[in-house]
Amino acid sequence: MKKSGILMIVGSALLLGLFYFPLWNITLGAPQYPEPLGMDIYISGIEGKSEFDIQNIDGLNHYIGMKKIPKPEEMWEFNIFPLVIGGMAALGILLGILGFFKKISPHWFFGWFVLMLVLGVLGMYDFNIWLLDYGTDLDPKAIIKLTDADGNPISYKPPLFGSQKILNFTAHSYPRLGAWLMFAGMFLTLFAWWVGKRSVRPKSNL
Amino acid sequence: MKKLNSILAVAIFSLIMVSCGNNNESKRSGGAMSSNVAEKVYVAPGEHDEYYAFLSGGYSGNLTVYGLPSGRMLKEIPVFSQFPTNGYGYSEETTPMLETSFGFIPWGDAHHPDISQTNGELDGRWVFINENNTPRIARISLEYFETEEIIEIPHSAGNHSSSFVTENTEYVVAGTRFSVPYPQEDIAIDQMKGNFKGPLTFIAVDENGGMSIDFQLKMPGFNYDLSHPGRGDSHGWFFFTTYNTEEAHTLQEVNASQNDKDFIAAVNWKKIQEYVRNGGGEEIDANYAHNVFNHSTQTATTTMMNKVLTVDPRDVEGAVFFMPTPKSPHGCDVDPSGEYIIGNGKLSTDLTIHSFSKMLKAIENKDFDGDAYGIPVLNFDATLAGVVKDGGLGPLHTEFDDKGNAYTTFFISSEVVKWKLGTWEVLDRQPSFYSVGHNMIPGGNSRKPDGKYMVSLNKITKDRYLPTGPELEHSAQLYDISGEKMELLLDFPTHGEPHYAAGIHADKIKANSKKIYRLDENKHEHATLNESETRVERNGNEVHVYMTMVRSHFAPDNIEGIKVGDKVYFHVTNLEQDFDVPHGFAMIGANNSELLIMPGQTKTTTWEPTKVGVWPFYCTDFCSALHQEMQGYIRVSPKGSSQELKWSLD
Ligand SMILES: [Cu+2]
Repeated sequence: MKKSGILMIVGSALLLGLFYFPLWNITLGAPQYPEPLGMDIYISGIEGKSEFDIQNIDGLNHYIGMKKIPKPEEMWEFNIFPLVIGGMAALGILLGILGFFKKISPHWFFGWFVLMLVLGVLGMYDFNIWLLDYGTDLDPKAIIKLTDADGNPISYKPPLFGSQKILNFTAHSYPRLGAWLMFAGMFLTLFAWWVGKRSVRPKSNL
Repeated sequence: MKKLNSILAVAIFSLIMVSCGNNNESKRSGGAMSSNVAEKVYVAPGEHDEYYAFLSGGYSGNLTVYGLPSGRMLKEIPVFSQFPTNGYGYSEETTPMLETSFGFIPWGDAHHPDISQTNGELDGRWVFINENNTPRIARISLEYFETEEIIEIPHSAGNHSSSFVTENTEYVVAGTRFSVPYPQEDIAIDQMKGNFKGPLTFIAVDENGGMSIDFQLKMPGFNYDLSHPGRGDSHGWFFFTTYNTEEAHTLQEVNASQNDKDFIAAVNWKKIQEYVRNGGGEEIDANYAHNVFNHSTQTATTTMMNKVLTVDPRDVEGAVFFMPTPKSPHGCDVDPSGEYIIGNGKLSTDLTIHSFSKMLKAIENKDFDGDAYGIPVLNFDATLAGVVKDGGLGPLHTEFDDKGNAYTTFFISSEVVKWKLGTWEVLDRQPSFYSVGHNMIPGGNSRKPDGKYMVSLNKITKDRYLPTGPELEHSAQLYDISGEKMELLLDFPTHGEPHYAAGIHADKIKANSKKIYRLDENKHEHATLNESETRVERNGNEVHVYMTMVRSHFAPDNIEGIKVGDKVYFHVTNLEQDFDVPHGFAMIGANNSELLIMPGQTKTTTWEPTKVGVWPFYCTDFCSALHQEMQGYIRVSPKGSSQELKWSLD
């Protein structure tokens, strides 16, 4: 149980990487932008990949009537996400310590993992809703109004994951180091459960 | 009789020139480009050149930037001439750059760019360039590619043996080509001999590039044509060629060509620097402008200076010597080791090479051959290292590679000639098209030349390109000099008349090149950093418009309450912080240039409306898809109208 407790502590501590590294990144390349514009999405806000990228993306987006990229205080998510991540990391570390001292069963680790998975999926769902809103809720006085073949306004929603062409831009949307650390951490907690289960079983056979 | 001989000689030279032209015609036909040659200059679309080349613009007054080996022109940097393209010399911020003791001068004759050095190697911080007509030296930033400073040289005329820098950019020098009364006075021209002087000015450069005149050396009234610093062992010395040691004041083409030998002046500036630091020299009246462009305020200021320190070379023992050098030498070039000083005797077929170590020995042994105005003349044979015999006709300039070879241009025989330092043997010759003046090898005037390419800057273009009427651009040629033989690679037209160029590997500059002016560092007195702060203010008949521009509108774009007789100042700030998104500003009927304003910049232009009506202004740079919509109106009411000032952007 010692080994699995340590794995649980390390795994949930890896979530704390999200406070230092971006969760996600969207870059926008175009013929005129050989050095793509980019935004790094952190759990507490959005920053430009280069110093003036946010300003420049907003500048371009005003032509198609998109809203400005939200500042941290303009989205509740940027207040809640740090609390959730911090809380889950603390909870995971606490469970790991308790497991280390054999105070609890390794199934608690699995419980933590499931909760984290649910929260993660909710987070992605919320993120996608925001992208959809951002890409489709356009100013009716927009300078450039484009419609698809059916006459509906086209969507400028960047992909949640992957690459997609939007007018002259190609948007690339992929996880970044913070997310990779989180995935690795979650995998470790699952691994902690499995290791814990195996170390507990032989004892019960005695 | 002597005069007649000279005239005959000139006539013969002219004949040679004509016949050389014919020879070149026949050589040219064999110059079909092999695909191999094409590959050597081909820089694929989107790729960058390996070298920057800074070509002087001569009578354009500016500096052009080229890429090598492609020969593509990358930029024209305004220096001594007004430049309506971006408003330099027209905008309120930049007109002080062209102030002189003669008042505002809209034009200049830019000659010899030289890149700053550290330990004898190019460091890529600044380019210096001289103005020949109204003597000035400019310093251009290689971060912004902008002229940052111009200092006028008092008491000088024909600022030609300039603007060469010493090994650690301690000094940039400015010599005098047309000797003049020193200081100026009203005397008969035929009193020239002995009364005129040729001051050599040493301008100290501080670590931020700031220039200040340290001292002027009051030299005899010869014509100081070109110069170069010593390097390595000869660091601390500066060498100047002279012509017209006859001190003729009329028909110089004949009268200044009588002496068989003129001089190369060797100046031990370290000695004079020490002398000056110990209180030597005499402060005399002077009147000159010092113009500095401040990147923080984005504004230039002029300070008029009124004193200069002058040093009589005879007062500093062992500081100045003359080395006799045949036939009115033009270029004065020092090899990478600093040992050889080359005098390019422009009215002969030979090059005279002096040895620095032999010069020191001759000085030590007092091996003098009399003096000129009290300055010792060294024995010709005592300093002579060798002669390049029959190199060609009319040698002008010499540059060097990194393998111990030298490359000299021959104006009259229209060719570049490669020869070996030390053995003085001619190794190769290639025609130039036509009548080459200067040549340039990147780093060719430093301790570490880059012996890959050489550019020749030609004075005559004639048939090299599609005909464009009687007036032509000049022409340059690029040679591959990496092998035994030189190989002509490329012809490309140049702007104005390049008198010299400076080349440097792109890696030493390109990472430092700025992309924008930062708005948060914009301390311009009239900057408007936010659309909400835009406004119009009246002060008597002066109206100040504080305007911003961003894709794709001006703020404000409607202004009323301007009246005939007003003087309107447009202080326009580009709020963009994106690379290469300029906006322009043009006002109908403004007796001024447009403004081209880069991201984060503020510029000011003036307009004095003379007609009642509603007058448009617009953005001149196709900045965006809505560029055509980037426009506005100004209502001009009659003088004395009660129309209130108002402005808007809805
Ligand atoms: Cu514009």
